[in-house]
Amino acid sequence: MKKRRVKKTYAEINEKIRQGRVVVVTAEEMIDIVERHGEVEAARRVDVVTTGTFSPMCSSGAFINFGHTSPRIKAHRVWLNDVPAYAGLAAVDCYIGATEVIEGDPLNSVYPGEFNYGGGHVIEDLVAGNVIRLRAEGYGTDCYPARRFEKNITIHDLRDAFLFNPRNAYQNYSCAVNMSDKTIYTYMGMLRPRMGNANYATSGQLSPLFNDPYYRTIGVGTRIFLGGGEGFVAWPGTQHNPHVPRGPNGVPKSGAGTIAVIGDLKKMSPRWLVGASIQGYGVSLFVGIGVPIPILDEEMARFTAVKDEDIFTQVYDYSVDYPKGMVKSLGEVSYKELRSGEITIMGKKVPTAPLSSYYKAREIAYILKDWIEEGKFFLGEPQMRLPSGRGENND
Amino acid sequence: MEELMAKKIVIHYAAENVDQPIIYELVKKHDLVVNILKARILPRRDGVIVLELSGSKENFDQGIRYLKEKGLRVEPLSKSVSQNTERCVHCGACTAFCPTQALSIDRETMKVSFNVEKCNGCEVCVTACPVRAMEVNLF
Repeated sequence: MKKRRVKKTYAEINEKIRQGRVVVVTAEEMIDIVERHGEVEAARRVDVVTTGTFSPMCSSGAFINFGHTSPRIKAHRVWLNDVPAYAGLAAVDCYIGATEVIEGDPLNSVYPGEFNYGGGHVIEDLVAGNVIRLRAEGYGTDCYPARRFEKNITIHDLRDAFLFNPRNAYQNYSCAVNMSDKTIYTYMGMLRPRMGNANYATSGQLSPLFNDPYYRTIGVGTRIFLGGGEGFVAWPGTQHNPHVPRGPNGVPKSGAGTIAVIGDLKKMSPRWLVGASIQGYGVSLFVGIGVPIPILDEEMARFTAVKDEDIFTQVYDYSVDYPKGMVKSLGEVSYKELRSGEITIMGKKVPTAPLSSYYKAREIAYILKDWIEEGKFFLGEPQMRLPSGRGENND
Repeated sequence: MEELMAKKIVIHYAAENVDQPIIYELVKKHDLVVNILKARILPRRDGVIVLELSGSKENFDQGIRYLKEKGLRVEPLSKSVSQNTERCVHCGACTAFCPTQALSIDRETMKVSFNVEKCNGCEVCVTACPVRAMEVNLF
């Protein structure tokens, strides 16, 4: 292993936060700092780099306990504003998933469906403090005799509510095009025929997992910005896969790492959890996530200085290849090209559109920076690292 | 030289106007160029036309006065289409849909902005916007 010239611990950085001496910059600002001063000097100067992402993240939802009723009910079926919640848990626990559609929605029978309301919107309404119609059905037991329960509630009436998203903040995501002759509607948005447009997600150089490609500092227990409040990385996300081709900078060239995240829904805000209606596909939830990355040494300084032109993704056809489950890359493009508004695929110039908000991602990175500088937010040292594929003791 | 102007307007028809040759009069009497972007006119029903109206300033003003005298409600298109900036999350998904590039991303700030001058009132953005931030009130 190469000898490191700078070495800092979580405890040292947290002590600096406590004393108000911590130096925090955003992942965009870090690019310049490393370019100007080199990675060793940058690592000496900067303690924490903040990142951000704001995108529809379908694998999201919230656990809710609405408190025992009188008479008691074993809720067998639960609806929130007519959106079904999963009730196969204890008596008054349920899980409202972001992509669950309101009952009676025409779905795609009038194609492309509008999908105006669903689980993502319920979560937004909850954090906004709006009134929600709670409806539960039970089958009646000796201990839980009630068959029905209905009440208007707000998030304040709930015993517990926490967001628990099994897969968020995907480290890289493919760029979608349509090679067929008709317009298609996908979770990557509307795609015009014959590569009329190319849609992409992730906030590139600002995105959390691009700034720590081997998850050296991101693991179970990492404290994060989640939905406007504080949350934690709970586990590697579903489909977490570090074993994909990477560039010389370690950055994966296609979808790789993911995180499962958790946090108190009652402390979150509708500015950072926004219901999404994706035409022809369904409902989802925009989730705002920011991960602080401690600059433990010069390697972390180098990682966090990654820029859009050095981050690449694959272009996939969503008309035939993707639905079939047989993806093959039509080309590789950088996030710099994607964000410029036009890419070239197979010799053709194609306009691009993002699905994730770079503007909001930047805002998150600044908010997190403020929190840390003001001594309101401390780093959580990972108790278990995410599988990185590079040997688990890689500091 | 005469001052020329072009403006996108919305004309709301009352049921009693729909059998009158209003557009014909605009062209013939007031020497205006009309380009109809969108229309819904049905017998004995309220209707609406979105059009681009251009000509000399004098003719334009007279044309608008003629429409108003006829009892029609005339508004600039900008009054009917707007971006709810409180609601918009600036994701940019709408920019793939918008056929006239009225919705676009500022590459510096990465904010989505709406230029009503380029809008033709097609309403595609209404259901394309994942957070329903585009407010169109035409029909």
